[in-house]
Amino acid sequence: MAMQAPADEALIGRIARGDRLAMQVLFARHHVRVYRFVLRLLNDEMAAEDVIGDVFLDVWRQASRFEGRSAVSTWLIAIARFKALSLLRKRREAGLDDERAESVEEIADDPELAIAKLDKAEKLRKCLAALSPEHREIIDLVYYHEKSVEEVAQIVGIPENTVKTRMFYARKKLGELCKMAGIDRGWP
Amino acid sequence: MTASNTPGRDRPTDEPNEIELLLPWYEAGTLRRRDRERLEQALHGDPELARHVDRVREELAETIHLNESLGAPSSAVADRLMAAVEAESPAGRRRAPGAAAGWLTGFFASLSPRTLAVAASFAMLAIALQSVMLVDIFTKPQEEPVYRGLDAPAHRNGTFAMVRFARQASAAQITNFLQNYQAALVDGPTAGGYYRVRIAMTGLAKDEIGRIMTRMRREPIVEFAEADEPSR
Repeated sequence: MAMQAPADEALIGRIARGDRLAMQVLFARHHVRVYRFVLRLLNDEMAAEDVIGDVFLDVWRQASRFEGRSAVSTWLIAIARFKALSLLRKRREAGLDDERAESVEEIADDPELAIAKLDKAEKLRKCLAALSPEHREIIDLVYYHEKSVEEVAQIVGIPENTVKTRMFYARKKLGELCKMAGIDRGWP
Repeated sequence: MTASNTPGRDRPTDEPNEIELLLPWYEAGTLRRRDRERLEQALHGDPELARHVDRVREELAETIHLNESLGAPSSAVADRLMAAVEAESPAGRRRAPGAAAGWLTGFFASLSPRTLAVAASFAMLAIALQSVMLVDIFTKPQEEPVYRGLDAPAHRNGTFAMVRFARQASAAQITNFLQNYQAALVDGPTAGGYYRVRIAMTGLAKDEIGRIMTRMRREPIVEFAEADEPSR
């Protein structure tokens, strides 16, 4: 790296003192991952962009209240999750959230027709995309966002044992979808 | 005890044991040391558990692939955000909702994304007239460079340079440097630590670019500076 990268916690301290450059650095460092996390929840690029703008503005305003009990990235994802789920709830109330159900049906209804021509890795990704939001979320948090059991528990707001079993059942469901798609992974 | 240690079981079942539950974190490298050692012990002499680790590895790889394929947000997000940040004075930030009400509750209740977007757009106009702003990013060098927003006019047009700063350069020095040159970071760092810097909003003459590069190379915090053609 061309220069010393300040730790996230140090950046938060500077942001709390009104340092705009620190804000930019923090944004640059984390916004893509936070965006992807939100996009996987919302399945809507414009809405995901709105949410991450909100998340980082929240950080700018509330940095002085960050207590360092979790990693900054965990804090960001927790805020993003809260906002994304609030938006989803509003959409559901307005009857606007039916896109995700279709993508699941695509696999479930006629898997051979839908994904017969894909290779194994592509099929697996298709199945990952077809998981329920709850299962998709935990798989993303563990595999992509590299969150520990404790961190997932903090972000999702569930006990650590529930984190472990939810991950297990998410993977099991993934295995079932894979089987439907013609991939026998030997489990479940 | 692992799956295959149970008579009649040759694969994980509906009722996983603790070791099976921990496999995803083991493979992701986020397991506590104690649990990791326990799992590694269990892996010895348990080929079925090892096969299960292979399945986890496959899932992990494709989850990363899937997420990486999602792309990145447009540069407009950064612009709107920094405009909103600029528009808020420190005094304004001190007036944020109090701890008693809970910072999340208070703040979330007070904002809607669309309201923010509209407010930010107005603020952005003011800022564009006033000052030089950093518009883009410092990203982790180990990741692929994020070539986002290059289709936006501001990134397609103009005069650019590739710059690498000295290791000891502080953020404040880089900010001063950018202000002195009326420049803005638009991308990077790449694997070699290079940043793409916009040095003018319009295309400059070759001589002028050459003069700017010469000046930049004399800066103590600059290790490398070279003119760069626009990506598209």
